Amino acid sequence: MSTPISYFLVVSAMLFSIGTIGVLVRKNALIIFMSVELQLNAVNLSLVAFSRMHNELDGQVLAFFSMVVAAAEVVVGLAIIVTVYRRRRSASVDDLTVLRG
Amino acid sequence: MSAEELVFWVFAPISVGSAIAMLLQRNAVHAALFLVVNFFTISVFYLVLGASFLFAVQIIVYAGAIMVLFLFVIMLLGVDREESLLERLRGQRVLGVALGVGIALELIVAIRAGVGFATHAPANFDEVANRGGNAVAISAVLFRRYFFPFEVTSILLIVAAIAVVVLASRQGSIAASTPEDRAADAEAA
Repeated sequence: MSTPISYFLVVSAMLFSIGTIGVLVRKNALIIFMSVELQLNAVNLSLVAFSRMHNELDGQVLAFFSMVVAAAEVVVGLAIIVTVYRRRRSASVDDLTVLRG
Repeated sequence: MSAEELVFWVFAPISVGSAIAMLLQRNAVHAALFLVVNFFTISVFYLVLGASFLFAVQIIVYAGAIMVLFLFVIMLLGVDREESLLERLRGQRVLGVALGVGIALELIVAIRAGVGFATHAPANFDEVANRGGNAVAISAVLFRRYFFPFEVTSILLIVAAIAVVVLASRQGSIAASTPEDRAADAEAA
């Protein structure tokens, strides 16, 4: 292994920041949701890199659990977006100014 | 330059570039396709880091299941039209990018302080942690030390499935009953 472990962590930090910018800047609810997925993946990458660095598999198991939770979260989140779209005919977060369904 | 370094320097620019391209796309379908590219590059990083089981799971679960779900919802809603560039909050875009760059710099400083840029991983990962193969080793950890959390995730998946059934079945009876929804349905028809 000749690549220093911090290179993977820097890539992970950059992907996480790009996901953060996506959540803050974009208005389409689906693209905001994709940016959240990007952030989850960035953190998973850093977990696997730390697992490699410490010579333990616990980080990989944690990344596996985080994938399971992300799958459940995507299903519920997309169902909410579909429900909101059916009512408002819009997926832009600018139009969702009240929480009432 | 070793093979691992070559793989890293080929896939790291693709990974960051596809993430930035996803951010800049105004069309939701194109953004989803760039995200698929990004998920594949992350799975390659998993392979380089010795996590071959997560490499397969990443491709099957993320690039396969989750992105198909995203594309399915995009097609179902028909929101492949482009979003407006009008800012409701003044300065939101500039402030958002500034905060994101600030987080990136902060994380890189933290990596430098906590790990160090020149720290190399131990060379005997395949003999110590991955003994007998990654899938065998990870199942030994998962089904012994993390057995209870593993069972709890099954409850989580059942709760998510029930929640989706409730959300999907409610909108047929209630959503179409308000006057504005009926007007919208008539407009669409």
